[in-house]
Amino acid sequence: MLDKILDIVPELPVAEWANRFTEWLTDTFAFLFNPIKVYFGDFMEFISDNLLLIPPLIIIIIVALAAFFIGRKRIGLPIFSIIGLWFIYNQGLWDDLISTFTLVLLASILSIVIGVPVGILMAKSRIASVIITPILDLMQTMPAFVYLIPAVAFFSIGMVPGIFASLIFATPPTVRFTNLGIREVSGELVEAADAFGTTGAQKLFKVELPMAKSTIMAGINQTVMLALSMVVIASMIGAPGLGRKVLSALQRAEVGSGFVAGLGIVILAIIIDRMTQSINQKKK
Amino acid sequence: MPIIEVKDLTKVFGKNTKQALALLDAGHSKEAILKETGSTVGVNKVSFSVEAGEIFVIMGLSGSGKSTLIRLINRLIEPTSGEIFVDDQELSGLDRSNLRKVRREKLGMVFQKFALFPHRTILENAEFGLEIQGVAKEERMKRATEALQLVGLGGYLEQKPGQLSGGMQQRVGLARALANDPEVLLMDEAFSALDPLIRKGMQDELIELQDTMKKTIIFITHDLDEALRLGDRIALMKDGSIVQIGSPEEILMNPANDYVERFVEDVDRSKILTAENIMKQAETVNIEKHGPRVALERMKQAGISSILVVDNKRMLKGYVTADEALAARNSEIGDLHSIVKADIKQVEKDTPMNEIFTILHDSQVPLAVVEKDKLVGIIVRGAVIAALAGEVTDNA
Repeated sequence: MLDKILDIVPELPVAEWANRFTEWLTDTFAFLFNPIKVYFGDFMEFISDNLLLIPPLIIIIIVALAAFFIGRKRIGLPIFSIIGLWFIYNQGLWDDLISTFTLVLLASILSIVIGVPVGILMAKSRIASVIITPILDLMQTMPAFVYLIPAVAFFSIGMVPGIFASLIFATPPTVRFTNLGIREVSGELVEAADAFGTTGAQKLFKVELPMAKSTIMAGINQTVMLALSMVVIASMIGAPGLGRKVLSALQRAEVGSGFVAGLGIVILAIIIDRMTQSINQKKK
Repeated sequence: MPIIEVKDLTKVFGKNTKQALALLDAGHSKEAILKETGSTVGVNKVSFSVEAGEIFVIMGLSGSGKSTLIRLINRLIEPTSGEIFVDDQELSGLDRSNLRKVRREKLGMVFQKFALFPHRTILENAEFGLEIQGVAKEERMKRATEALQLVGLGGYLEQKPGQLSGGMQQRVGLARALANDPEVLLMDEAFSALDPLIRKGMQDELIELQDTMKKTIIFITHDLDEALRLGDRIALMKDGSIVQIGSPEEILMNPANDYVERFVEDVDRSKILTAENIMKQAETVNIEKHGPRVALERMKQAGISSILVVDNKRMLKGYVTADEALAARNSEIGDLHSIVKADIKQVEKDTPMNEIFTILHDSQVPLAVVEKDKLVGIIVRGAVIAALAGEVTDNA
């Protein structure tokens, strides 16, 4: 009897709504999605093709040198980079590494370009903060696989939908940390800036962003790591790279090649993580 | 011509500001308004004016609204009602860009916790105000360096604020405000975060700087000693209202009410009061006109046993005692020259009281107070003790 109370409202067609909404988006913005798919896809291939033209040895040396100087001339990370990258090359995964790197690089750059301004907006406007916070929660808690479906609907398969899915998954930390960093700038400093007659932009660029920099960098570090973790998932919709190797190993139950490709991702992750963290610590 | 004039400035924190203002106009108390509307009255109809070149100290305990008041002046906090005039320009109605202009050109501010930008060097901190105004790099470096030299930090240009001590950091804060060459300096508890010795040094330096700069300074403090040292005039705040405005002397001598009196009680009076504050009108005889008879008559009338002797120009000549005046009269001596004793102790009128105390200690005769050898008054022992006990009446 009591159960009937729960049945008063028939099953809501939420899935149907989501379908229609996505269809509507796809149809309405096709003029936008199609050029993105074509040109951005070409652009990405252009980048990874060019990276592949550079001899692997040169790239390894450049990465090691970068690690050396960014990491305050410590020797650990450069050595790890050389050995790790050589190992990936040795395992015949170099092309996949470059694809993955291109994907992570572009997804991260886009996340930052979108995330930092949105974070600033949240810090400055209470209304924006109230609206955006639950959206960020949704973006981060929704299982990452779900993003693949509309990504395919908008951009079919390949690198572009992979980037799109990464973008949704990886942007929230940058937004949150930017917001946090600016809000954390001490009230006295903001007052001081105001008292000297700063415009909003002067206050933002001369005081708030420099003060929030290390917090924002921590967010960017998170974003890059999330983008990398999304690479494996994005391979399910045809994104090339190390993730695809992991996926195909999974499908064929090949423990060995799966382990090697996974190791490649770990190596890339460690190098990127330590490098972005070093940039952050450098100023202290 | 006052450079800053504040009229009925009021700040109500909370939602029902209109209702609170109406209640305030009807004369309700702060507590009643809080209960009725949930709004807090931060500053309650404050009016005062500050003359150019003056150090105007606003003093009060924490929560008295003094920090809110100083922020209302440059509108870091928006006033609920009232008017602020700086150089005859009304600020509370200004739009954003004109307000920025006033803040950039006329109002410098120094903060309690320095509020230096940690990511900038000392020089870059001092340059900040000029940079904001778009002053060219060379010009602003020059002016910022000058300001830093003025506060004695010429050698620390490339350091970061974190590398300096508190006192030095606040000098940077002062230089940052001075580099803009504002007409008015707003100093919010500027020295309160420093330890006492450094604080005293900074106070002295500010007074010294002020001698040459002639800025108008509004200085917030909770420390009466600091207020007395720095202020040309002092405004005492309580519960958002100004209770009394006056010179340090007036505040000490005539506390307007119990609150001021309690505030003033703790001050070490012997440091603040000078001979001038506790001296009395002196009974005198003129050596060039009067003889022993007049001297005796005056001593009798005043009920004293000795009297000071001056000349036509009120220059102090000494004193005569009743005994000797009597003897001189009996021997028919007509003038005072032969019986004047010159061994009288005298002090300048701005001598602090703690020094007077030691001088007076082993002297039987009252102490003469002079201004360039001219007699202006006398001090008797009783007056010193009364003053130390806080029972000063203005006799000067």
